[in-house]
Parts: sequence; structure tokens; C-alpha cells
Amino acid sequence: MIRNRAFLGQLYFTLFILYLLVPLVVMAGAAFNDSKLPTVAPWKGFTWRWFGELWADEVMWGAFLNSILVALAVVALAVPIGTAAAIVLNSISGKVRATLYGFMVAPVLAPGLVIGISTVLFWNQLGHTFGADEFFFFGRGLHLATLGQVSYIAAYVMLLVLARLQSFDPGLEEAALDLGANHGQVLRRILLPHLYPAIAASAAIAFFQSIENFNVTLFTKANDTTLTVYVFSQVRAGITPKINALAFLLILLTLILALVYEMNRQRKAKIEAAREAEARRAEEAMLL
Amino acid sequence: MQDLLRRYGTGLTTIFCLMVAFWILVLIVLPNFSMLFESFFPYLPVSELDGPKDVFTLQNYEKVLANPIETNWFGIPITIPIHVSTFVDTVFFSALVTFMTLVLAYPLAYFLAKVASPKSIPTLLLLLFIPMWVSEALRAFAWYIILTFNGPLNALLKGLGLIDQGIRWQNGIFTSYDAIVIVLTYCYVLFMLFPIYTAITSLDTNQIEAAEDLGSPWWRTHWRVIIPHAKPGIASGCVMVFMLSAGSLLVPTVVGSTKANWFPQTIYTWFNDALDWNTGAAYSMIFLLVCIMFVILAMRVFKVKLSDIAK
Repeated sequence: MIRNRAFLGQLYFTLFILYLLVPLVVMAGAAFNDSKLPTVAPWKGFTWRWFGELWADEVMWGAFLNSILVALAVVALAVPIGTAAAIVLNSISGKVRATLYGFMVAPVLAPGLVIGISTVLFWNQLGHTFGADEFFFFGRGLHLATLGQVSYIAAYVMLLVLARLQSFDPGLEEAALDLGANHGQVLRRILLPHLYPAIAASAAIAFFQSIENFNVTLFTKANDTTLTVYVFSQVRAGITPKINALAFLLILLTLILALVYEMNRQRKAKIEAAREAEARRAEEAMLL
Repeated sequence: MQDLLRRYGTGLTTIFCLMVAFWILVLIVLPNFSMLFESFFPYLPVSELDGPKDVFTLQNYEKVLANPIETNWFGIPITIPIHVSTFVDTVFFSALVTFMTLVLAYPLAYFLAKVASPKSIPTLLLLLFIPMWVSEALRAFAWYIILTFNGPLNALLKGLGLIDQGIRWQNGIFTSYDAIVIVLTYCYVLFMLFPIYTAITSLDTNQIEAAEDLGSPWWRTHWRVIIPHAKPGIASGCVMVFMLSAGSLLVPTVVGSTKANWFPQTIYTWFNDALDWNTGAAYSMIFLLVCIMFVILAMRVFKVKLSDIAK
């Protein structure tokens, strides 16, 4: 019975992985098909030319650069805000905490288009109130996309840092204060080093969330576009397999990152196992 | 608050509080307030702003009820306004997507949490994560390729001799929303999987064994032991998938047929093509309200707290 269940589970897992991967393989495969339409079914021969066209596409490169810039700006804003929010939340309790928490996680649950529209309307109205309708900051553009994305990405940072804070011993800060550290030192030398793993992880998540973002960006952007929106507009406008070439490269990048991560993990696990075996041997030797 | 002051002093505490205030007020509360406000004013050219026509009105909301069309729900013909019809379809099919992802993800979450060997888990999870790192736009595009009339799916089915004629998948077989449902399920199934997996992991395996030792058949063990324990995860997954599906603009635009309208597309048309931001605001207010109601409903049905859902 148990073995039977494990077998069924493995079968289901394999099917599931296939279900997830086959569409991506089809898409990547179409990048090499010498056909004007992106498809694999009538295979018209192998070609590299879509990669050449992708390389020559200046709009794509502009969008790519914009994506990176927006993502860096989002990280620069969302990580400090989210960390500060976690620290504040951690030091209060009761109704106030619940209310604040509710406001902070609401944008994670809210649809992206609502965030996008509300951000545009707010800054536009602000510009109108100040009589500065023409000033670029109040109009649509990637700066508003950044702010819109920060509003919900900061919540991810907050949740991660808050979780990490649970394992922090406040006594360490007390000790530092008693020993004459000033407030800046307490933050820099005691609290932040403890939070660094969570901060690093949340920075990575914030970066990729921002690159991935579509809904908020679509509603807040003006003429400049990001990579995700560029892909969307290409698909909408009738596509060439250029996009497949792009997809192939992005999937390849993902695979390489995953492989590096996995190898790193297995190396660490091996070291850990060796260390444990060593400890066991030492223990046995001592018993003798 | 006292605690913060004592640890970090006035200066740092003020900076922390200012950052939190900036986030909550400038990025969250005021924009939504602004959207609510704008939704009650008519759309006017810049020259007429602050003029006699710029007064409080409900006309933006009334547009939802304009343009009745003939349609049918499950064979019953009715006449309803076109945008209400779109809205109801969006909610209905998003709920369907949520249900399908739950059915697909639950057995896998159980397998990963309780059946698979713990050593292989990191590798298995990584395998699942890879497709999630590929952007949604590309995943929708992948299905666009598969489902096109001259695409690989039809070619495969013809090759196997299952069909003679290609099927127009994008127009749908059962309803015109088929393609959208398929692709949304594909895109968001992992958002259902991971919360449920996390929830089941925290269940003590002894409880499952105890149930089995006491003679419980496998389905009852799931129904009475595992599912109740996984409830917060299921609630979290359902809310996430429903929100993402109902709010998706990308997938319906890329793979949807011309007959299948998704509510975010309607909002986008008002906002971007008609440039009528005020009506767009009114529509997205309605949308936001329904989303809030859905979260509250999920919290009631599953008896969980907000902090269980948003993790």
C-alpha cells in the first residue's frame, strides 16, 4: 500500500512537471524554426536568424534596460521601507498592529490594475492641485510604475524580515546599549547583521517581482516600456519567432541559475554529511 | 513604541515611522482614496476642469448598466448589460480556475509533504520553481503557440488520428472562455501548490498513521485529518489564485477569443483607449470591492485570519 502510494505520487509528480515544462519547451523550440510564424508543427528547418533579429532589435534592448533600472529602483525603495515596517510592527502589538498589518498586506491581495490606476490618478490629481499638470513627475511614466510596484513589493520584504525578526534576541541590543553603544551602532552592528539573510533574500525577490510585473506597469507607463510589456505588445501585434528567441534565452538563464543553486546546495549537503560522519566517528572513538 | 525609542533613539525611530507613513499613506491609502474620489466626477477635457460641469455624479457607475445584450447562462436566455455579463463571467471563470488549480495541486502538495523522501525534496521543489521564474507573459505566449489553429496541439491530435479537422481552441469547445481557463490554470497552479504544501508539512505524520491504524480509509484520513489541517494553506492559495485570475489582463488578451471578454480588459479599454480615467476609476472601484468581499468570504468560510492568508 505504502509503496503503491509512493509510486502513484511519483507518477503524478512526473506528469505534473511535464505539464509545466512542455509548453516552455515548445516555445523555446519554435525559436529555431525557420518559419515566419512562431510554431514547431510544420518544421521548416533549423535557423539561428531569429537570434540575430532579436540582437538587432533596439526597442527590445531599451525595454530590457528599463526593466533593470525600474527593478533596481524598486529594490532601493522597497527594501528599506519593508525593513523599517517590519521593525516597527515588531515593537507594537494589539489593535494598532493588526490595522497596520492589514494596510500593509492589502496591496499584495489587491489586483495589480487597481494599484496601477490608483497610483496614476493620485499623482495626476496631486499635480493638478499644485497647478503643475505639465511637470513630468505627475504624469504617467516608469517612475510611477516604480512607485506602484513598491507599494506591494515592500509587503513581501516586510513579511520576510518580520519572520526573521522572530528569531532575534532583543537582549543583545540591551547588552550593547548597556555597554555604551549608541543607537546607530545598535542598528548597524546588532540588528542589521542578524537580518541580512532575510534582507538579501527579499532584495532578490523584489528584483524579480519587479521584472515580472505586468499589470501595474501597463497602467502606469507612458511611452517607455519594460521587457514584460514589450513581449505583450509584440504578441498582440502579431509576432515573429524573435520573441521565442528571447524566451529561449530567458529560460536558459533560469536553468543555469537553478543548476548553480542546486550544485551549491548539494556541495553544502555533502560537507554537512561528512562533518556529521566525522562527529559520529569521534564519538565512537571516545566511547572505546 | 516606547521600546523603539529606547533602542534606536528619536532620530532613527522618526526615520522608520516616516518610511512606514510614506508607504501606507502615499503609496496605498491616498491613491485608493484618490481613485474613489475621481470615480464620482465626470470625464472632462482639461479646459473644463474645475468648471461648472465638474460636479459630483454617479454617471460613471451607471455606465456599467448600459448596453443590454442577449446572452444565455447554462441555456437560459437572458438580457443583461454587457459589462455586467463580462463581470459575472470573469468572477465565474476565475472561481472555476481556482477550483481546478486546487484539484491539481492538492495531491501533489500531499505527495511532496508526506510521501516523497525528504532528501529529494529540495531538488523536486527546484524543478517546480523553474517554470515559475519564467515570466507570465512568456508562459501565456507558450500556450498561444500551442493552441493556434495550425499549432502543435492540432498537429499532434491529427497525427494520432484522434481528429480529422483542426479545432479552433481559442474559440473554445464548451464555452468561449476555454482557452483562458486552461492558460490561467497553468499560470497560477503553483500559487495554489506552495501554500498547501507548507501547511501540510507542519502536520505531524503520527496523526495520519494514527488515523490509518484506527481503520480510517484513505479518503476519510484526508477529509477529517489532512484537509482540516491544510485549511489555512488552501484559503491562502484560493485567494491568491482567484485574485490573480480575475485581475489578469495579459492572459485573456493573449489567448482569449474575441467573444470572451475579461473585466480587466473592459477597464483597460476605458482607461487607455477611451482615455476616460474617471469611468476607469469607477469600474476598478467595483472590481476592488468585489475582491475585498471575496477575501472576507474566504476568511469566513475557512475561518482563518488575514495573517494566515497573506504570508
